[in-house]
Amino acid sequence: MPVDIDIDHVARLARIQLTDDEKARLKVQLGVILEHAARVGEVAADDIPPTAYAIARANVVREDVPEPCLPVEEALRNAPDREGDRIKVPRITEIGS
Amino acid sequence: MTELCDLTGAALSAKLAGGEVSAVEILESSLGRADTIDDRVGAFLTRTPELARERAEELDVYRATGAPLSPVAGIPTALKDVFTTNGVRTTCASRILENYVPPYDSTAWARLSGDGAVLVGKTNCDEFAMGSSNENSAFGPVHNPWDPTRVPGGSSGGSAAAVAAGEAVWALGTDTGGSVRQPASLCGVVGLKPTYGLISRYGLIAFASSLDTVGTLTRCVRDAATLLSALGGKDPRDATSLDGDRLDYTEGLEDGVSGLRVGVVAEASGEGVEPGVGMAVEAAIERLAALGAEVAEAHLPHAEYALSAYYLIAPSECSSNLARYDGVRYGLRAGGTHADSVAMMFETRGEGFGAEVKRRVMLGTYALSAGYYEAYYGQAQKVRTLIIRDYEAAFERFDVLASPTSPTTAFPIGAKVDDPMAMYLNDIFTIPANLSGMPAVSVPCGMDGQGLPVGLQLTAPVLGERTLLRAASALEADLGLSLRPPILP
Repeated sequence: MPVDIDIDHVARLARIQLTDDEKARLKVQLGVILEHAARVGEVAADDIPPTAYAIARANVVREDVPEPCLPVEEALRNAPDREGDRIKVPRITEIGS
Repeated sequence: MTELCDLTGAALSAKLAGGEVSAVEILESSLGRADTIDDRVGAFLTRTPELARERAEELDVYRATGAPLSPVAGIPTALKDVFTTNGVRTTCASRILENYVPPYDSTAWARLSGDGAVLVGKTNCDEFAMGSSNENSAFGPVHNPWDPTRVPGGSSGGSAAAVAAGEAVWALGTDTGGSVRQPASLCGVVGLKPTYGLISRYGLIAFASSLDTVGTLTRCVRDAATLLSALGGKDPRDATSLDGDRLDYTEGLEDGVSGLRVGVVAEASGEGVEPGVGMAVEAAIERLAALGAEVAEAHLPHAEYALSAYYLIAPSECSSNLARYDGVRYGLRAGGTHADSVAMMFETRGEGFGAEVKRRVMLGTYALSAGYYEAYYGQAQKVRTLIIRDYEAAFERFDVLASPTSPTTAFPIGAKVDDPMAMYLNDIFTIPANLSGMPAVSVPCGMDGQGLPVGLQLTAPVLGERTLLRAASALEADLGLSLRPPILP
């Protein structure tokens, strides 16, 4: 059976604005895909360890040698909006309430 | 008529070394082909002819001093538009990065460029490499040079089509679930996905980090070995890159398959495989046996769960990786005034991402959300363990495994766009090698009844690239296919 998803909740978590059409279509499509994907529950038992990386590596470190970093102008070249040497964004705090 | 741009990298490199041609002549041949044909193929998102001419001229000056050249020097090269290139627009075929100009080079391109390769352009692909037909590009589809009404496969569709059509001699792609091998199969070129971590991912714009692998699209197996030799080796900028120096993968390439144990994957035949694909693959495996390989049936009992696991793991990682596109530091910021920064993020992502990217971000967000994590992502990671164990068991008996690369040949543009599950099934035979990290190659093995190319996939154990390429090379030499798409002049 297709999985029933709260599309508004997931879109909020993903920070994506969706139209009503998109929501309706995604609800159906994701339900079908998840029904298929849920088959992973049929075979994976408690005694099977999970794999995050097929070729696992741990504690990868390098010598602590300082290297030159990106010049400010280069780093800001792709910024959608700026003020001086800073990236400018709409306000980030709530007012009032 | 065969022109310089239709030759292999190996043949061109020999001509350059022998002084028969110049790097500029080779380049002009490739640029001329793209001028003639790319309006019908659509392989490129950005072409870089001026940069390329400058580079080829420099190389000819350097060559005149008699200094030794790398085998990649002077070869017209295309890059899938997911590799960052310093000063050259890099879009991931997405509106959200439409005007992004990276301030740094990916390691893969830095290594080829350092050896003298000539960049001719950035190729079209599915948006953020998510897709199997190249129809998810925000900038229009790519047309298969074998039949422009059909898809080239994906997601590295532009790279595969450019190589098939002579617009580049070779190209880099990326393979997260089959995105190098499947388009190689559909376009009649060689597609190599090496062992995970063998080629650095630094500067490869991330989709699913535990699966993303840099791969090559070439006209022959030797060229794949040559590129891998130039690209491999530890990179301190990628913590997942494997230890070890660059190796020469052309060594022993022509040693043949006598005594090689080839396992034919039983789970990758029958239902869902087009008859034309099945017949070509079977005939190619018979040729391997005739060349002295020991062929027997192999089993990967959990392969049927690979697709399910993949469509939980890849979207989960993608939903996390693509969180960085928020309209703050680079890329698209939705226009107009915004109530606050969070509203700006919602609008930017709604406007900037295409349908498939939204689908996967939503899928991954759901699979990782509170209450569902264990049932979906956690279980998928366990299936990944089972698939790796299947391969380990199979490789106790076999040196390489053989299967079709894709269950079908190139399908018509538009045929599967409304059915995500049908589209995902294109990758059913390629996904297991990504989940297990093992190297695999797609090599052209014949044509179906409609004159469309078919690819055979060979898979080897971790770091078994030499064996893999030796087997692919033996088959290629024996079949001696002529792979010239009919639309070429």
